[in-house]
This record gives sequence, C-alpha cells and structure tokens, in this order.
Amino acid sequence: MNTDTEEKKPSLTPKRQRAVPVEELDAVTIRFAGDSGDGVQLTGGQFTTTTALAGNDLSTFPDYPAEIRAPVGTLPGVSGFQIHFSSRDILTPGDQPQVLVAFNPAALKANIKDLEAGGTILVNTDAFTPGNFKKANIATNPLEDGSLSSYRLIEVPMTSLTTNALDGMGMSPTQVSRCKNFFALGIMYWLYERPMETTVDWIQHKFAKNPAHIEANIRALQAGWSYAETTEIFARTYRVKKAPITPGRYRNITGNDATALGLVAASKLSGHTLFLGSYPITPASDILHNLSKYKAFGVKTFQAEDEIAAITSAIGAAFAGHLAITTTSGPGVALKTEGLGLAVMTELPLVLINVQRGGPSTGLPTKTEQADLFQAVFGRNGECPVAVLAAATPGDCFTMAIEACRWAMKYRHPVILLTDGYLANGSEPWKIPAVADLPSFAVSHDPGAAPAEFKPYARDPKTLARPWVIPGTPGYEHRIGGLEKANLTGNISYDPDNHELMCRLRADKVNGMTQDIPPTVVNGPEKAEVLVVGWGSTYGAITTAVNELQKAGKSVASVHIRHIHPLPPDLGATLARYKRVIVAEMNFGQLETVIRAKYLAPTVGLHKMKGQPFKVSEIKAKVEAVLAGKE
Amino acid sequence: MAETTVAPKLERKDFVSDQVVRWCPGCGDYAILAQMQKVLPTFGVPREKIVFVSGIGCSSRFPYYVNTYGFHTIHGRAPAIATGIKLAQPDLQVWVVTGDGDGLSIGGNHLLHAMRRNVDIKILLFNNRIYGLTKGQYSPTSLQGMVTKSSPMGTLDRPLYPLRVALAAEATFVARTVDTDVAHLGSILERAAKHKGSAFIEIFQNCIVFNDGAFAEAESRDTRDDSVIKLEHGKPLVFGKNKDKGVKMKGFKPEVVTFEAGKPPADLLVHDENAGAQYAYALTHIEPPDYPAVPVGVFRTVTEPTFDQLSEAQLEAAKKPGGGDLAKLLAGGETWEVR
Repeated sequence: MNTDTEEKKPSLTPKRQRAVPVEELDAVTIRFAGDSGDGVQLTGGQFTTTTALAGNDLSTFPDYPAEIRAPVGTLPGVSGFQIHFSSRDILTPGDQPQVLVAFNPAALKANIKDLEAGGTILVNTDAFTPGNFKKANIATNPLEDGSLSSYRLIEVPMTSLTTNALDGMGMSPTQVSRCKNFFALGIMYWLYERPMETTVDWIQHKFAKNPAHIEANIRALQAGWSYAETTEIFARTYRVKKAPITPGRYRNITGNDATALGLVAASKLSGHTLFLGSYPITPASDILHNLSKYKAFGVKTFQAEDEIAAITSAIGAAFAGHLAITTTSGPGVALKTEGLGLAVMTELPLVLINVQRGGPSTGLPTKTEQADLFQAVFGRNGECPVAVLAAATPGDCFTMAIEACRWAMKYRHPVILLTDGYLANGSEPWKIPAVADLPSFAVSHDPGAAPAEFKPYARDPKTLARPWVIPGTPGYEHRIGGLEKANLTGNISYDPDNHELMCRLRADKVNGMTQDIPPTVVNGPEKAEVLVVGWGSTYGAITTAVNELQKAGKSVASVHIRHIHPLPPDLGATLARYKRVIVAEMNFGQLETVIRAKYLAPTVGLHKMKGQPFKVSEIKAKVEAVLAGKE
Repeated sequence: MAETTVAPKLERKDFVSDQVVRWCPGCGDYAILAQMQKVLPTFGVPREKIVFVSGIGCSSRFPYYVNTYGFHTIHGRAPAIATGIKLAQPDLQVWVVTGDGDGLSIGGNHLLHAMRRNVDIKILLFNNRIYGLTKGQYSPTSLQGMVTKSSPMGTLDRPLYPLRVALAAEATFVARTVDTDVAHLGSILERAAKHKGSAFIEIFQNCIVFNDGAFAEAESRDTRDDSVIKLEHGKPLVFGKNKDKGVKMKGFKPEVVTFEAGKPPADLLVHDENAGAQYAYALTHIEPPDYPAVPVGVFRTVTEPTFDQLSEAQLEAAKKPGGGDLAKLLAGGETWEVR
C-alpha cells in the first residue's frame, strides 16, 4: 500500500470528544513487552508503521527470546519491541524507554530496570494473578507492594475490557485474549494522537480470509482508543512533531530486508543471475525467506542440507557463472570456513553474509554482537585473505550488499559482509533509491586470449583478477581446484617459489581493493582531543553520542569504518590527527587489535558483551572519562 | 571468444588432458579413466558442456585428466558443488567422481541429499574399501575386523553398503560395475549418461597398494563368471561359467540355486530394473561371504522429475508480465512521501 500522509480518506479514527491538554515532546521511546505469544512484535510493528506515516524519524529494536513459545508467563518467554521516534533526526532505538507497556508480570519484571526514572508503565492488570507471579518468580504483587512508586503506573484490565468489546461474537477466551494487543495499541494511538487507518487496513488485509478476526481485532483496537478517550486515567495526549527529513519516498526497512533487496539489485546491475545457497539459522534466515520470494527476478534459492553445502553449492554456482551468495550466522560461519578457503584458492566471486549473533558456539542466537571480526579477517587455514565489509545501519545493508557483490565480481574473490542481529531486525525509515542512481557494474567473462593461449590464472594488471570463464564456453575447457595452483596455468604445483608467489598474489589482490574505498569521512573536527572509531551497527549510538558531546562543546569526532579488510588507506593518517583514539565495539577489542597492529596506534577500547547494543550514554561516559584524563 | 563452428566429431584423444596421470601403477583408476575417455565421445555432448567434479582422495584426481571443464573441490563436498553447478546451468552434463571415504564418510550427508533431490548428476563412487591417499586407514566400506594402519586389532565399525545407501536415498538410477570388466563398465557409464536424474554407480576398484584383492574374485577373468551375477532387464538371474546357477526368492531373502546347464527352473528371479526399491534392496544383500557371487549392472532405474528441472519450472512459473521490476521491488510494502 502506498500512502501519502497528505491524502485524506474517510476517517476510521473517531473525533476526540474530550478536551485534554497536549504535551509536545521532542522524542519518545516506548517499549512493548509481553509473552512471545502476546503479539508484541506485531503491535510494535504496527505502531512503527503508523509513526513513520505520521512523519517522525524513528528507529526500532525488537528483542525476542530464542524459544518460539517459552512457557506462558515466564521470564524466558518475554519478548520486547522498542521504538524511538522523534521530531528530529535520530540514529538509535533509544537508551531507555520512557513508556513501558507490560502485558504480564514477567514482562514487567524483565523490563522495569530499563525504564527511565519517573517513566510510565501501562499494565494489563488481568494478567497480575498469583499464578503469573509464581511463573515469574515474583513474591508480592508489584502493583500493590510499592515497588513501582517512582513510576507513573497506569492499570488497565485489558483482557476483560477486550472481552466486553468482543461480547456476542462467540469467540473463545483464547481468541479474545489474542486481541488484547490491539486494545493496548488503541490506547497508545489515542495517547500519541495517531490515526488508526493504517492498522485497520493491515488487519483487513492480514485476516482477509477470516472476517470474524477482522471484526474482532478492529473492535479491540477501537475499544482501546475509546477507553483512553472516555476514562479519565489519561489526563493528556502527547504530540511529537514531524521530523525534518530529506524529501522523497520512504519505507521502513530492516537490515535483513535491505540486504535481500541489495542482492537483487546487484543481480540486476551486474546482469548475473542471483544464486543463494543457505541453511536456516537465526538471525540470518529472513534473507533466505525474502530471496525465495523473488523468483520473478530469476533468483535461485537453494536451502541446502547444511551450512557446508550452502556455501559449496554457491561455489558451484559461481563456477558456473552466477552471482553466488551464502548467508549465515554464528556457528554457521565456522562450518563455511573450509568452503571459503576453496573460493579463495579458486579465485571465484562469492559473497558470504554473516549476520553476527552472540557467541561462542550456539551462544545467544537472538542477541547481537560484533565478535566475528577476527574470524572474518583471519579465521581460515593458510594465508587466506578475503575482503571484509560491514554495514552501519539497516538501510546501509542495501548499499553494502551491492558493494560486496561488486567487489566479489570485480576481483573474482570471496567477500564477507558483516551485519548483525541488531541491524538485521532493527528498522529505520529508508529513502527508496532511484534505480538509475545505483552503481552499474559490467562484469566480463572474456578469457583474455585465444583458446590455445588461454591461462586460467593470468591476471588483470589493475585488479589482479583472473578470467572468469564459465563451463559452456567452447575451447576454454579447464580444471580448477583446491590444490595450490601454478601461476598462470592453474595446474597443480608443489613448487616452493610458486607457492610463495601465489600467496603473495592473493594477498596483493585483496590489499589492492583499497582502490575501491572512498576517503574516510570524519564526523566532527579534523583535529580534536578524542576520536571515536566504530564499525558496523554501533554507528547510531556512536554518532549520536559524539554529536551530543560536540553540542556540549567537547573536542571529539568520530569515524565509522565500513571496510574492515583491507582498511581504508587514509585511516592511519586520520587516526594520527587525534590525541586519543577510542575504539568502541561489541566484543573485547577485535578491531582495536587490528588497528593497533597495523598503525601501532595507542588506542582505548570500549567493549560491551551483553548481547545488547551500546547505549548513547555508555559511549558518552567513556569519551568524557578519556577527556577528563581518567583513562 | 571462440567462433561458433559445426562441432567436429570427437574422439577419445579429445578428452585426454595435458596432465600426467599420477595414480600408482596397476591402480584400478586407470581402467575407469580409460573407459570414460572412450565413451565420452559417444554421448553427443560437446566437450564444453561436460563438467567433472570431485572431492578429495585418489579418485578425486580424475577431473584433471579429462579435457572438459573440471573442479577438484574439497573433501566430501563434490555433490553439493555439483548441485550448485547444475542449478546454475541445467544443460551441463555433470559427473561427480568420489570414493568410499569421500562419498560415504566425510561427504555422506551431501551424497544422500543430492540423490534424494534427484539432481541430474552422475555419481561414480570408486569403492576400494580403504583410504588410499592418506595411506591405508579403514574406510566406511571396510569389512568389520579388517586390519589397517589405524585398526591394528581389526576394525570395530560395521560397513556401509553403497548401493543400499543410494536406494534408501531414492536415487533414480542405481548400478554397480567392476573396474576390470571394461565392456560392462563402459556400458554402465553410457546408461548413466543417458539417465535424467541422480545416477549412482558403485565401481569395485582395486587399490593395489593398500587393499589389493578386495574384490579379487569379481575382478579376475578366471573367477568372475562364477562370482558375478550380471543383471539384465527382463532376464532371469543366471550366472556361472556353465550358466548353471541362478537366484530365486525365498520369502524376502534371495537364494542361490544350482541346476543343470541350459535348464533353469521356472521360478528364478527375472530382473526388473524398474521395480520398487525394495526388490533392488534385496538384491544388494547378495554378496560374499553369505553368497558365492555379487550382482552387477543396473539395480534400479526410474524416471522422475529432476531437481534442476523443477527449479527451472518454478522460475518460469514465477515470471509474469511486468515482473522483475527492480524499482517496484525497492518501493514495495508500505511507503510514504516526505515533502
């Protein structure tokens, strides 16, 4: 559906009857929390769409458990969705929510520590029963024991009110209970002056085959709105004005959605069929799901028997001339290591997308982390260089997916694109690019010589890429493989000098990719006391923190690295212009170690290993400590 | 690029690469390579449309010696790589060359899945019941109790039987042949080449250095008539130098019977290569030491849609007028205009 905010349709949102004061806010952070079966992600998603259409800038972060349906009412079953929306440009989903919507005691208990002091809690009192306290290991009723006295507590019996609203529809208590998230959403729409049209449209589309569900959910939504309108619990509404956003058409996009779109775009731009070999794994699977829907674009998706077959089938497709991709996370990358080595040795284009998650081993499948940098840069047997890129925001996943494909095909070499769980599932408004503005890249399969003189391992002098001659090309039949190649001919060679030469050529080829890296952009002054260096999904938190510090008059700048290997050629000189360099990352200092080794730069590390993204306040605190000479 | 010309008639030498063949003298692989190079020109498939894919092991050197496109990959992964090649270019004729270790041990998973998907690839499994390239450890087809470098007191593992694996995975062409019987070997390769779908061929292959004589009776010209049952579609299972032995079923169990030459009993099994897998599975149990002979030939062949055909059909079905519009895709979902 395309919706212009200016367009007016007959309103499904009732007119407000009650005169209440309006409080204008610059920005709000709301967290919805409940059982993973409570429809929390859906509620958050609907609030997000409506907020985007209202013209705010926004950023979201879903936080869901690894269990599909953990026992109802328990702490492991709590699912959360946070949205930060504002009348100005924002880059993070917010450090601390000001509003917590808790559907049950477990959700309250798991999230209350994050709520801002004096924040608002909206609870479903019907779920605050002795049975649920027991499931959540709560000794006393938090609504009555005074533990919430420093917050603004709004108690709403959502389940019973939804039951009343659906009276006469003949729905079971379970069915009724499933609609209470829309009741809560109705309240939130009233509170933040949001229209209900978008959600009503969505319900009608989603439950098109089940009119009873359409009516039930719309009734619940409207009942929530009317409840807020009529009861005097709510003394005011809140207004967040439109943000000044670059004009254009926008959509809300998650990192995984953007990655999939980037891959399809790269396929079109390069004129090569897209092949994805993948094995389902959290949080990368959505890329597989999305691409499997894009068959009209000629996209071939292959759900392999395991991670190894996922990458090796992609290598086969690359050999046969396709734009070959493999996607994975966590331990899946470990299994693909051997395949990556083969792609390096055979010098075939291949893109491996690692949606990083908490490790090691199975680790924290649904949580985010940046601890696979060493693995991406170094983690193979032998001298086995691959290019490593990293996306900075959900929307940047689109750009970097195209870039990864372009590099892989230009240099005939594997490229790893690092994203992470936070980018994959987080979303932001994304200005839809014009196809004409995307970089087009021609890819040649020219053997470079007549059949008799053909050398599979001859190289382009500028890129050191070898010819990509695909099966089916008459006269150029040749064999490749994982054994060391003789320079030029590609025949098996155990010659000592040849081996060193080939290792050198492969390394030189990857190091030479710096010719494709744009100049480093500094956010802030060219020289300052402190430079904060980050990579990947920490972009939003670092940039926000540095911008706020700059406004407060602090001497600080930031640099965000999207090319991890090779590093930008001007990075060393950039680092040298600042007295102190802080490297902030969600690991124990992996980029920092690389930077120290390469530039012998004395750096300060800021590390976080909690499965959660950085808060702006954590970055600011570190910078201020360094500025104050405490570190 | 090469100019398009009328394809000249190909000969054996057109399929011989410039690489020196480096198997041990007397290795069964030589015979298999020679037969392959002999039959390849008869397929009517241009050289550039043929790809040999292998994993790791002695057998996996094979692609280097055949002058077609070739990919010597990594241990056990050849079926997966071949699947990628075939999905990318369904008109290629793709051969996988593997061994008992490569195919059934480290690569067992890929082998199973390539066969159950019915990917149109032809898999040659050289079975010598030993690890040759790593110099003599037991393999998944080594018979229990076999003394090898890594099993000085005899192996504890019970062996896998390649054909039973192929049948269980529902390969649509399942056959066995012997490296020394070149005529039979050539005919099976030809039939595999013509088959559309996953073709699996177990080739008894002698490792002269580490497991010499593993299939001696089936290999030797002197003994093979009495040790090999040649399966022929529509014909009774008769074997022996004097054609005086046959196979019949006793319940679910095959039984070898002897009879006066030229007078086979009426209840001998008549081979039906299109029958259900349960029949072929019963045949795979005929082997020494429980039986005096072992069947070779096509155990089972059926026609079913191939994975690559189905994949192409889905792509075709997904094509619609105005489809594949990138601008539309990028602007999909809910959008809004900021002015």
